Amino acid sequence: MSFKRNILDLRKRKKEAQQGGGEKAIEKQVAMGKKTARERIKAILDENSFHEYDLFVEHTGRDFDMEKKVLHGDGVIIGTGTMYNQPVAIYAQDFTVAGGSLGLMHARKITKIMDHALKMRVPLIGINDSGGARIQEGVNSLAGYGEIFYRNTNASGVIPQISVILGPCAGGAVYSPALTDFVFVVENISKMFITGPGVIKTVLGEEISMEELGGAMVHSEITGNAHFFAKSEDECFEQIKKLITFIPWNNAQKALKFPVQEPLLKKSIDEIVPADPHLPYDIRDIIKAITDGSDFFEVMEYFARNIVIGFGRIQGNTIGFVANQPMYLAGVLDCDSSDKAARFIRYCDAFNIPIVTLEDMPGYLPGVDQEHAGVIRHGAKLLYAYSEATVPKVTVIIRKAYGGGYIAMNSRHLGADFVFAWPTAEIAVMGPEGAANIVFKKEIDEAENPAEMRKQKIQEYKDKFANPFVAASKGYIDEVIEPSETRARLIHSLEISGSKVDPRPSKKHGIPPF
Amino acid sequence: MEENNSKYQVFVVNSAKYMTLTTPKFDKRKKWQKADPKEVRSIIPGSVIEIFATPGQKFKEGEVILTLEAMKMYTKVQMPFDGIIKSVNVAKGNRIPKDTLMFTLE
Repeated sequence: MSFKRNILDLRKRKKEAQQGGGEKAIEKQVAMGKKTARERIKAILDENSFHEYDLFVEHTGRDFDMEKKVLHGDGVIIGTGTMYNQPVAIYAQDFTVAGGSLGLMHARKITKIMDHALKMRVPLIGINDSGGARIQEGVNSLAGYGEIFYRNTNASGVIPQISVILGPCAGGAVYSPALTDFVFVVENISKMFITGPGVIKTVLGEEISMEELGGAMVHSEITGNAHFFAKSEDECFEQIKKLITFIPWNNAQKALKFPVQEPLLKKSIDEIVPADPHLPYDIRDIIKAITDGSDFFEVMEYFARNIVIGFGRIQGNTIGFVANQPMYLAGVLDCDSSDKAARFIRYCDAFNIPIVTLEDMPGYLPGVDQEHAGVIRHGAKLLYAYSEATVPKVTVIIRKAYGGGYIAMNSRHLGADFVFAWPTAEIAVMGPEGAANIVFKKEIDEAENPAEMRKQKIQEYKDKFANPFVAASKGYIDEVIEPSETRARLIHSLEISGSKVDPRPSKKHGIPPF
Repeated sequence: MEENNSKYQVFVVNSAKYMTLTTPKFDKRKKWQKADPKEVRSIIPGSVIEIFATPGQKFKEGEVILTLEAMKMYTKVQMPFDGIIKSVNVAKGNRIPKDTLMFTLE
């Protein structure tokens, strides 16, 4: 029978194609401290769950002697598998094959799996490790990128899209990750930039290393392009596996419910905030005092640290937290923190994740650099995102809520469903020092001892306005609560909001200030 | 047309030279410089409440060398590494903008 021969032939072909760029190239990959594309897929998916497609695809390059070259799988592996027994789509660029360069068929494989992911409504994970466009294929490789970006955009807000940068990702290639929901980077391995250090040196005379220009920490801390930073590929894969537990598989579903756990508190929630409003504390301690098992999975930990965003669970349900962080820059709102929080709010809204906002915010950061950097339009993103969101929205004012920031941080006026305040809350149009100078200018100027009068008037203003009761008397705050009641109040208000319906005027889409 | 060319500058993108105008924002851009680890600069505008360091004094990493009141909050400025204070460039009560050189270290 010849049947067996066919099978043996298939096995041989598969084995050869699965070798990617061959032993030498794999050795090089390992020497750079990197795993191979196949190892990466295996590490992310459930054991033995990966099903590959398009293994035998060949490149179509016909110029520059490319027709003589065999590029196994054309430098990318695509397929489907499961995570926690739930289906996901995945692709991984294979740097061992022609540097993972993107030609037309390489891109067609990626767009094929993207189309599947969108149609089947399952998350898409893309592992990027590529030298960029395959120059020999010319405009075909540009076409390939464009077709990927178009699909990223179409899938945005429908299925979760996760980008993992495990190697170079330069030039046009960076825009696919930038269009996806979450970008994972690894120290010393991830490199992202539009133009590399060489070009920058020639054109502008700025000398900078690749790591300083577009390394993992730069994108985590300075540019805000990356959402999760890891020290190793293994740590990165653990982060992906953790993130996926918090998010729904598509925008028509809710995140999986987990068994309820009480917070594992080391100290009482009342003891976290210092009595002196001038002193900082870590807002994440309050989040941990509220969430199930005190588990808080922070997103963009290093970028714009003056605002904290991330996922936790309350009564087993995923919640998106947005919280001012007094420990950094006094917890001010500025260009970066507004941008960071606004995008996260839109993510939560798109994927049916209720938002809990914890507020302790002295105002917008003053400064020429902020004004000239466009704090008006960046700050407006936050107002837009909160106003637009129709998922349940609950705010707890911990301490300071001053001026424009009070409005921006999911106030009643932007459509919060429930607003609570601790008795330590200070809600006013501006801080007592500034306000007293304006309101009592005449009295202070005309007093015999202006300094003394100023002090007195500041205290007067503080007593009268730097508390939650004025706002509560107008119904802007639903209830002033004791810190220890916070979790119980949140549980109830989120339960009540379980079937929330909040219709908006029909439109094609809004025009957010980005 | 000819005489107008003088206002255009040479601009290099992707190793090709172009004649073009620049924008005021582009002209004002600051050249990137590597941060000097021996300089302690303010990261937020504020008032100097207290200075705990004098020139010549030794500090361990993490020890507080200055308290800055910024946005109604006391921010503690810490020593970035074990070292000696070379100079103190601010005084108690000073109101300082962002990126003010507060200390030099050695």
